[in-house]
Amino acid sequence: MSAPNKSYDPVEVEALKPEEIERMRDEALAAFAAADSLDALHEAKVAHTGPASPLALANREIGALPPHAKADAGKRVGQARGAVNKGLAARQAELEAERDARVLVEEAVDVTLPYDRVPAGARHPLTTMMERVADVFVAMGYEIAEGPEAEAEWFNFDALNFLPDHPARQMQDTFFVQGPEGTEESGSGVVLRTHTSPVQARALLDRELPVYIVCPGRVFRTDELDATHTPVFHQIELLAIDEGLTMADLKGTMDHMVQSLFGADMKTRLRPAYFPFTEPSAEMDMLCYVCKGESAGNPDRPCRTCSSEGWIELGGCGMVNPRVLTACGVDPEKYSGFAFGFGIERMLMFRHNVEDMRDMVEGDVRFTRPFGMEI
Amino acid sequence: MRVPLSWLREYVDLPATETGRDVQAKLISAGLEVETVEQLGADLKGPLVVGQVATIEELTEFKKPIRFCTVDVGQANGTGEPQEIVCGARNFAVGDKVVVALPGAVLPGDFQIAERKTYGKMSRGMICSSDELNMGDDGTKGIIVLPPETEVGKDAIELLELVDEVLDIAVTPDRGYCLSLRGVARETAIAYGLPLRDPALLDVPGPNAYGYPVRISDPTGCDRFTARTVTGLSAEARSPIWLQRRLQKVGMRPISLAVDVTNYVMMELGQPLHAYDRGLVQGTIGVRRAEPGEKLTTLDGVERTLDAEDLVITDDRGPIGLAGVMGGANTEIADHDNVENATADVVIEAAHFDAVSIARTARRHKLSSEASRRFERGVDPQAAAAAAQRTVDLLVLLAGGTAEAGVTEVLAPTAPRTITIPADHPDRVAGVTYGRETVVRRLQEIGCDVYGQDELIVTVPSWRPDLTDPNDLAEEVIRLEGYENLPSTLPKPPAGLGLTSRQRLHRRVGRALAGAGYVEALNYPFIGEQVFDQLGLEADDPARRVVKLSNPLSDEEPALRTTLLPGLLTALRRNDGRGSHDLALFETGLVFRPREEQRIAAVLPVDRRPTDEELAELNAALPEQPRHAAVVLAGAREQAGWWGKGRPADWADAVEAARSVAREAGAELIIRKGQYGPWHPGRCAELALTVDGAERVVGHAGELHPRVVQALGLPERTCAMEIDLDAVESAGDATARAPRISTFPVATQDVALVVDAVVPAAEVEEALREGAGELLESIRLFDVYENAEQLGEGRKSLAYALRFRAPDRTLTVDEASAARDAAVVLAGELVGAELRS
Repeated sequence: MSAPNKSYDPVEVEALKPEEIERMRDEALAAFAAADSLDALHEAKVAHTGPASPLALANREIGALPPHAKADAGKRVGQARGAVNKGLAARQAELEAERDARVLVEEAVDVTLPYDRVPAGARHPLTTMMERVADVFVAMGYEIAEGPEAEAEWFNFDALNFLPDHPARQMQDTFFVQGPEGTEESGSGVVLRTHTSPVQARALLDRELPVYIVCPGRVFRTDELDATHTPVFHQIELLAIDEGLTMADLKGTMDHMVQSLFGADMKTRLRPAYFPFTEPSAEMDMLCYVCKGESAGNPDRPCRTCSSEGWIELGGCGMVNPRVLTACGVDPEKYSGFAFGFGIERMLMFRHNVEDMRDMVEGDVRFTRPFGMEI
Repeated sequence: MRVPLSWLREYVDLPATETGRDVQAKLISAGLEVETVEQLGADLKGPLVVGQVATIEELTEFKKPIRFCTVDVGQANGTGEPQEIVCGARNFAVGDKVVVALPGAVLPGDFQIAERKTYGKMSRGMICSSDELNMGDDGTKGIIVLPPETEVGKDAIELLELVDEVLDIAVTPDRGYCLSLRGVARETAIAYGLPLRDPALLDVPGPNAYGYPVRISDPTGCDRFTARTVTGLSAEARSPIWLQRRLQKVGMRPISLAVDVTNYVMMELGQPLHAYDRGLVQGTIGVRRAEPGEKLTTLDGVERTLDAEDLVITDDRGPIGLAGVMGGANTEIADHDNVENATADVVIEAAHFDAVSIARTARRHKLSSEASRRFERGVDPQAAAAAAQRTVDLLVLLAGGTAEAGVTEVLAPTAPRTITIPADHPDRVAGVTYGRETVVRRLQEIGCDVYGQDELIVTVPSWRPDLTDPNDLAEEVIRLEGYENLPSTLPKPPAGLGLTSRQRLHRRVGRALAGAGYVEALNYPFIGEQVFDQLGLEADDPARRVVKLSNPLSDEEPALRTTLLPGLLTALRRNDGRGSHDLALFETGLVFRPREEQRIAAVLPVDRRPTDEELAELNAALPEQPRHAAVVLAGAREQAGWWGKGRPADWADAVEAARSVAREAGAELIIRKGQYGPWHPGRCAELALTVDGAERVVGHAGELHPRVVQALGLPERTCAMEIDLDAVESAGDATARAPRISTFPVATQDVALVVDAVVPAAEVEEALREGAGELLESIRLFDVYENAEQLGEGRKSLAYALRFRAPDRTLTVDEASAARDAAVVLAGELVGAELRS
């Protein structure tokens, strides 16, 4: 194309003739319509709207027109360019929509693909169960107390009113730590604690009264591992010593615990029992959280969880024997309190249908993983 | 303790409709652990009748001898004709009275009796053994031969009391009196509010001087000894059916009349008794401690070497019994089979021995008997004379004996125990207002004498040695009023402080590691010392000093762990063996370190608070027990999958686990190249912390040594980390401080530095940080590159992205560059880094 020619007679400017403008417009629109891809449209766009396009060139010719003709031609060209741009935008949108639709379909994925790039870890359910129980009491204001697992016999037995000839002190139950050369089997005075109860004595000696604590932890008895026994297991112990505590307080505290862990309509039952470190002593049962006691004496509604007993045995409890308080320097005339303890393995077994003790011991990842982070 | 309901009813008039289950519920609520109620004869159906063997034809053509019998069952079979029965047992003869199950009868185990042809004969019924009737051991293992006077045709179900209910009670150590019908009957009577017919209320003649001579040398060990003599026992006399059946139902085997009677009276009254063949006792019966090394063969045929603490019964020869535990073989009552030496005269001992002494002897000789179980738990000393009398009465009645008039009773004076309690003591223990009247009534019900108004002076009954303290009396009142009636109240503890930082850290570490894909394993702390060799520990490694158990479960693993690795690696291997190969496990737990010098943990007094010095000394005698955290890894850390390749677990994962633990504690972990037993010498990080101003090595991380992997049979390239969690906690400051967040733009500068390959990246980074100064926001190593051609031998290139930002302005390029240049210069000075061209 040529450069602007200022000497042209307007009537002779071919490009500004109305029919020419219309033709340019129509060609452009036809080219857009014919473009079947965004790339093709881009070419058509350059050809029909670019600086070298017929309309752009025609536009430049306007300047050469006499003033009276400028307005007229400018209007014609402007309208044509408007129509072209509009047509281009429309076609552009049309093609983009088409492309989008096609590409999104092409990019579709199978969202059901599994993803186990780094398989999830998990904490052991015994750990999380202990924490869960402990937290019930922490929420009530209790604190968590801990003690050594290799414990002085005095703490494990004597301070808890286990007289020297109590059956629980016999070799068949207790792991004894070897003493120095030349001492007999139990000569060290140190045992692997057989229960979490020595922490009671430690707490009473270490803490200011009143004392409200829970002690979760590992304990040891000389049982061979089988489906229902393990030499290393876990307990959680509770101790409350204050002025004026009663057995009713013990019952209320246990009721609260089972409600917190198993639901608002739960309750406990006490049965008389014997433990050296509590007097009075009781076995504590909780209502079966599955059948709510309805299976007892009702053959039509058997319950596997409680063997249709209606109750599940949980652990031992009682009012702390005043002799224990005396041994720990607490005035039994002024203070009283209660304690209870139970096995975490057992609770895990009935709460989560664990059937074999060994599953909780062996560290098989297939067992632990489903329990996740919290229980 | 097994308690037949029919026997129990002899002492308490229970309503006829009351079942064993009903009684069980009542007794459980009163504190007796009734574990089961056995329904005897529940699956038994007659006709079961007494028959007399009329004829026996021996059939010999079969593999075993068979008898074809005819048995007269009177009119019980409807015909009066003898019943033809084929029988395989042989312990009966013509004329014997036997138990016959007639066709239509059903024996335990749904064993239906019908007419049938067998061994070529028609058999119309069965001659029964005690096993077939589920009667318990009668010592014969054969056909029941009834006493000759038994009436033919009589219903045997009633005769043998085959239908009954038996309560099985697990008696707790404090309730020794419930190891007797008398004790259980007392509890039953109280539970039902019915009167008790006390079987110990007997007329007993007073002691006199012409009883069998007895000398007690140790009145502490034996505070009561009653001896009675019965003469002229019939050699033919047998225990009657009712007596045998009661013994069988309580789980004892009938042996001979004299022994059965002593056992029966023990079950009835709780008093262990012993019958000596008077013809075999030489001279005075004595009670003393054994001479060290003295020997005694007990009734079970075992020769025992006695301890100086053992209490023995003696005659002129020496020991004739282990007091309260088991009699000696040398004065044993003769069996019925031993007709020639049949025991005609017996001396009956009813004594009371010290509970602790008996417990120790039983334990020392690993010999727990019905007698020792009772003495250990406390026997009613006041019942001894009555028990001796009851035994005498039964022997006279059943064996045709004559009671000698001599009554020996040696007594050490004892006063009944009294306990003084405020009348409202049970109320205050229970949190219930029972009122004085109820308290007094309940205490009287259990046999106490009670005096006083506000202060009650309570004299406890002789059969309750367990009642020593005010709370014991409170328990009696509360249990009889019903534990189930206790209200439920909640105490109000003072506000607590929540978890300690150690406890929180323990949880945080668990969550952090589980979040990073580790699975927690809780392993036993028992190890064998050979594992230290497998772990490649030096001979003088402190971890080899272990705490050992006297009585380990396995002699292979007698020690307590000093490291968590053996347990974790065992769990890893177990998982691997079960087909889980991509593994990341962790554990947090205590390890046990012996003190430099082992001291004996003293047994402190219990009647006062120990002094602080005593407690400190006691604690110093315990092993140190720090809490460790450890991880082990093997297989893929990241799985291969549709997303691309996987990544094997490597040393860096183990080190990162240590960082993660330290991060949770807010502790600044120092990581440097290390070398320690179990780890690959080139791939081991030493983990250190600054605790109280001093640097301390607290663990290691990395890949395990190939030799360790091989020795322990682990997957190749197993990695591990172990760290002292308590040390981490004490070095940490878990209070994270909020950084100031600048909203001005970041200026990023990358640098690639070339250093000697041995220079640790941590030192390069440290130098860069220091050199870059305050404008440095973060630094990240994004590439490590080794190429001998380009960098030279033994050199490596480290590429870092440095991000600079100022809190108050937009940094200019020049400012950022200047900071970067300063960083590079310092790295050059400190670690010889050169900017890579």
